[in-house]
Amino acid sequence: MTQNEKSVLLEMRGVRIEGRSDETWSEIVKGVDLTLHRGEVLGLIGESGAGKSTLGLAAMGFTRDGCRISGGSIAFDGIDLLDASEATRRDLRGKRIAYVAQSAAASFNPAHRLIDQYCEGPVQHGVMGRSEAEHDAVELYRKMRLPDPDGIGFRYPHQVSGGQLQRAMTAMAMACRPDLIIFDEPTTALDVTTQIEVLAAIRDIVDQFDTAAIYITHDLAVVAQMADRIKVLLKGEEVEEAETGRMLSAPQEAYTKSLWAVRSHARPEQPLPPVTETPVVSVRGVTAAYGKVPVLHEVTFDIHRRRTVAVVGESGSGKSTTARVITGLLPPLAGEVLFEGQALPADYRQRNKDQLRQAQMIYQMADTALNPKHRIREIIGRPVEFYLGLRGKALTERIRELLRLIELEPDNFIDRLPSELSGGQKQRIGIARALAAEPRFIICDEVTSALDQLVAEGILKLLDRLQAEFDLAYMFITHDLATVRAIADEVVVMKDGKVVEKGAKGEMFTPPHHPYTELLLSSVPEMDPDWLTDLLAERAAGRAGGRMTPAGH
Amino acid sequence: MGFLTAIAWIAAVIAVSAGLAWCFRAVAVAALPQTMAKAMRTAPLTASFGLLIILLYIFAAVFADVIAPFPERAVVGAEYLPREGLDGQFILGTDNLGRDMFSRLIYGARNTVGIAIATTALAFLIGSVLGLLAATVGGWLDQVLSRAVDVLMAIPALIFSLLLLTIFGTSITTLILVIAVIDSTRVFRLARAVAQGIVVMDYIEAAKLRGEGLWRLITREILPNAMAPLVAEFGLRFCFVFLSISALSFLGLGIQPPTADWGSMVRDNATLITFGDITPLLPAGAIALLTVAVNFVVDWMLHRASGLKE
Repeated sequence: MTQNEKSVLLEMRGVRIEGRSDETWSEIVKGVDLTLHRGEVLGLIGESGAGKSTLGLAAMGFTRDGCRISGGSIAFDGIDLLDASEATRRDLRGKRIAYVAQSAAASFNPAHRLIDQYCEGPVQHGVMGRSEAEHDAVELYRKMRLPDPDGIGFRYPHQVSGGQLQRAMTAMAMACRPDLIIFDEPTTALDVTTQIEVLAAIRDIVDQFDTAAIYITHDLAVVAQMADRIKVLLKGEEVEEAETGRMLSAPQEAYTKSLWAVRSHARPEQPLPPVTETPVVSVRGVTAAYGKVPVLHEVTFDIHRRRTVAVVGESGSGKSTTARVITGLLPPLAGEVLFEGQALPADYRQRNKDQLRQAQMIYQMADTALNPKHRIREIIGRPVEFYLGLRGKALTERIRELLRLIELEPDNFIDRLPSELSGGQKQRIGIARALAAEPRFIICDEVTSALDQLVAEGILKLLDRLQAEFDLAYMFITHDLATVRAIADEVVVMKDGKVVEKGAKGEMFTPPHHPYTELLLSSVPEMDPDWLTDLLAERAAGRAGGRMTPAGH
Repeated sequence: MGFLTAIAWIAAVIAVSAGLAWCFRAVAVAALPQTMAKAMRTAPLTASFGLLIILLYIFAAVFADVIAPFPERAVVGAEYLPREGLDGQFILGTDNLGRDMFSRLIYGARNTVGIAIATTALAFLIGSVLGLLAATVGGWLDQVLSRAVDVLMAIPALIFSLLLLTIFGTSITTLILVIAVIDSTRVFRLARAVAQGIVVMDYIEAAKLRGEGLWRLITREILPNAMAPLVAEFGLRFCFVFLSISALSFLGLGIQPPTADWGSMVRDNATLITFGDITPLLPAGAIALLTVAVNFVVDWMLHRASGLKE
């Protein structure tokens, strides 16, 4: 790399940023240095709360409401952003520094067409006129490999898919040919198959225009594909920084090593259960629909005692709907769900207390799964009281026992509200609530996808341990194949409401695959920095899932 | 000169109110238990002024018998005696029948405010229970309740209550029932809208899958999360109920004489206005002051509920 020979574009020295909470200021970013050369891509990684996004926004001289830059200096191409007037900064933003947000769906104005939003920046900044900008938009849409580049700009945001929106947003950021783009987790909300498209498009366009970029993410494999250099942040402080190759092969700090190590966890292979054993849950030929829209076709699979079945597929493939059929929230049109050989009533309202107790659910978003007005004591205590009829002292004792099971100190946590917990702790409470019913079977719906890798790892290990301890059967819904590798015994691959492949984990991860499984498998980013380049070359040559069209088209 | 004096007076009143509010807040912070004191410390002066006024009204309503110098209904002097008339015996003069104005103002607090609270509470009980039920059960029940409410809301509230009161007579019970039913339609709409946002949450799904009954679902899972907007609405609704009772009394269909009531007191003494006497404005002022005070407090609670920092 010849980055050091190029001139410095962005220089941050000892940047300190404070955030306000409850009348006091606390430091979010604690003196971070950052240097970015022209045309260079810097990856910023760290878990949530590490201050990545705050630092990224500060590169534009901007802070969120309730935050302030309290120290240090930020110089962009020789302009001191902290001393500059608001007018100067406003002129830079959008024109020379652009920002791509995590959720394109939430960042586009739903009331305007894509091209109108594209033209706003260049016209406002006087870079080009309206018709010129429209022409330019089509050009960039083509470069971003969007389908129908001539017409897509005239659609509204809800008329295009998430992956396409994210690419349209990148094109929009490119509108004024900025010197620097800040990407804030642009692919976190996307499926692996769609992610590839966006990553490739972003990398191409950054290369073509020689734009410098700060790429913020918590996914190491993604950052390995995108960045020239990687900076690791922890609690607002820099842990280490190095060129991508060296960072991946020889990380120096213990924290970085621990981040790298997460991916290596894998559950040992178990033999298939004997055919004679009655499965805990058996889904038989389930067909279901929302109103007139069919979502599931003839879905059939079994889940045995002490085993984890991972249900994999991209969004819209019917994974969560299958869970809704099993829990009885969505009665199927045809087929049935057996519990230990006995058919369950299709509607949860017709199930008896014991049938309800046996199958519990853990949700993806712990934030919305726990009643914010209930204390932990009530959240965990209610199922115990409701199903097992414990009262008073016995109840409290049981709650404390459950808290110890999920590795939270009872005295410290029993009277807290969900808002006083971290993301990982909330998910643990969700697990405790499921356990409190003493079930035989638990559905885990994307339980780790909202969590950082280290925290997610802890949750997976906990689930593993509890399974052995209480003989549980898990149905694990996920789109992340790394998680599958870590926890599953068997895998069910779904696409468009059908089961396309199922079998033991070992079989799934060794060829030959169903083309769709192969597409999914090959789309999981790997830590190798050349992975994306190789994959794209392979796909162009017609291999590695080339027979299937990825979603998003 | 008159204009300047008026400005000076207004400034003085605002300064004194602000001072009183500040003192009240300081006392409250010192006297209340820790959690409430913390909330009180961050309260703006307007809110603490509002609280102070509300407390004063409650005090007057509860201890009316002790404070008032004369009984509520006794004729104690000549008609329309001026203020401080007859050696300062009647602080605010006498009304059209020769009853003591000051005493009746204090009893009025008990009657008018008491009835307003009872009415608002009833309106909330009906409105929020039905609203939460409609949102939770959904389907045809929601349709029936919502359309019924739409029909009730299509008729202008004052006209509708005049009509109902003429049909059912003007006892205090019917007054409370009629206004409560009409006002509960507004509460229903709010409660339903708020609850619709809550019933789609995963924790409600979890509770349903647990097999919880409808009543527990509404009272334990949904209601606590809908409390903030409902409480704020309670304050606003209270003012409206208060004003409609006063309006009805002024029209002669509300609280019946000889019960002291601020609305009818304005009407009874209205003629004095033509002689430049401000007596009829006193009960009107009492209504206005309470309305402003309640709104100050409601604003503060809305602000807290919305979670805005600045």
